[in-house]
Amino acid sequence: MEDVFVIDVNKLTKKFGAFTAVDSISFKVKKGEIFGFIGANGAGKTTAIKMLCGILIPTSGDAVVSGFDVYKQSEKIKKNIGYMSQKFSLYEDLTVRENIKFYAGIYGLKSGVIKEKTEFILDSLRITEAGNRLIKSLPLGWKQKLAFSIASIHNPKIVFLDEPTGGVDPLTRRQFWKMIQSASENGITLFVTTHYMDEAEYCNRISMMVDGRIAALDSPMNLKEKIKADTMQQVFIKIASQRVILN
Amino acid sequence: MKRFIGFVKKEFKHILRDYRTLLILFGMPVVQILLFGFAIKNEIKDSKIAILDRSKDYITEEITNKLLSSGYFLLYENLKSEDYIESEFRKGIVKEVIVFEEDFAKNLFGEGKSGIQIIADASDPNYANMLINYTSSIINDYLNTLHTGHNIQILINPEVKMIYNPEIKSVYMFIPGLMAVILLLVSSLMTSISITREKEFGTMEVLLVSPLKPLQIISGKVIPYVFIAFIDALIIIFMAKYVFAMPIEGSIILLILESVLFITTALTLGILISTISSSQQIAMMSALGGLMLPTILLSGYIFPIENMPYVLQLLSNLIPAKWFVIIVKAIMLKGLGFSYIWFETAVLVITNIVLFVISIARFKIRLE
Repeated sequence: MEDVFVIDVNKLTKKFGAFTAVDSISFKVKKGEIFGFIGANGAGKTTAIKMLCGILIPTSGDAVVSGFDVYKQSEKIKKNIGYMSQKFSLYEDLTVRENIKFYAGIYGLKSGVIKEKTEFILDSLRITEAGNRLIKSLPLGWKQKLAFSIASIHNPKIVFLDEPTGGVDPLTRRQFWKMIQSASENGITLFVTTHYMDEAEYCNRISMMVDGRIAALDSPMNLKEKIKADTMQQVFIKIASQRVILN
Repeated sequence: MKRFIGFVKKEFKHILRDYRTLLILFGMPVVQILLFGFAIKNEIKDSKIAILDRSKDYITEEITNKLLSSGYFLLYENLKSEDYIESEFRKGIVKEVIVFEEDFAKNLFGEGKSGIQIIADASDPNYANMLINYTSSIINDYLNTLHTGHNIQILINPEVKMIYNPEIKSVYMFIPGLMAVILLLVSSLMTSISITREKEFGTMEVLLVSPLKPLQIISGKVIPYVFIAFIDALIIIFMAKYVFAMPIEGSIILLILESVLFITTALTLGILISTISSSQQIAMMSALGGLMLPTILLSGYIFPIENMPYVLQLLSNLIPAKWFVIIVKAIMLKGLGFSYIWFETAVLVITNIVLFVISIARFKIRLE
């Protein structure tokens, strides 16, 4: 079967005045792939994600996301992607059900579908009894899983996760990655940034960003082999500190 | 459109669920008006005065009676000599002393003039000023009633005349300004806080990534506050009319329309603030320091603009509330129609358009 690429980036660049945040990056992401985006703070990850989500116009280069051009068709891109940020992006003073209903509503879901989806989400997260509780009363782990379910409520082709596991305990993080893996099995493409190198192991492929460029791009296994390291942690430190370019 | 309605509904939920903010939104106008209306009074009532009457003739007696029967003054003491004047003031009870010269009536009819001295405690300058104005106008009034066959010169001649607010009721002066301040507070402070809250909690990013357009996001955040500010405006007008019996001489519809115009101006200011601020605190400080303070000081709400240095007078033109206060006073107190306030209205409309264009441009830049 031929690979279908849902993200196709070619020499994408973003400059803020004299500062180049993203410097001519190129990569392709396959349908259903878990694509890890790793780099130090300020390496340009967030800028790259914003461009792919259609909320930031690139300075030069091309990017096609789920078949749509980031320059001209950002509105269409927005309908086909989900987004979850490190802050979980739920409204603390609304209940679980209200949050689901609100986000489903802004993606234009019909009220019948919204009801169905709400029950499905509550059921699969096993939090039906908490449906009418305010978000602020929920444990962090629940919020995080709920935020992910909501980010994919409109059946997006791609879900962007910007440091989705910040501040969450290891056990919940593992459960969360199971959710990600099952989404991937259902054909959803996941574009994840993270600081946790053990999570990087879960990704099909890793792109490591240093100073706005992609310093390395391969599967975790191959990266470890190439750099002669035992863990992703070592890979990351070597590449980030020695500026090793593997491409 | 359905998405947008859902968004506005969510916004209302935020507001209705936060009972503290609700209390501020609807309690504040009521409390402020009651405070300004009842507690802070600029008018004079039962002020204690002392009189030193060296003449004790029928004219001085009549003037004294006129003063005391006015309701503004209470006689605290009849002084025996001027030695007592200073000690009387020092006690702090008497705010004004009136001294009639010797042979008051005789001089008045014989030479055509006689002297009267009004001494006021100017440690509270505004109050002293008012006392003197009240006193001299009562005396002048009396002199005018004396027949003029004797060729009477007017003794003290600060002709004081209060038009539009003949009883100089301070409530009438405060309410237009208060209306501006409260509408500004609700509209700009609250909207700028609620927009920056989304930024702080990271929900703004999600909204931006969603199919909602930036203009929809902004107007969705703003619409609930239009309603609330509108209700506040009605509360203020209602209280002005029924609690303080303030006249609404002009068209109430015009008054309401002008209020809506001012509300939108304040909202665009709020949006502008939210585009500059990254956190709720910064938004609050900018709204309070950057909007409320200049509004209170320069809108003519408390301090008359005509008495300000020229530079500040020029500066006051930049304060939207100044124009709104002029409009409200014109409609409520003078009963003027639109043809008299079209200029002020035009200023607000233009301010509105300029601010709106800047805010939207800034909001888009912020995305980058």
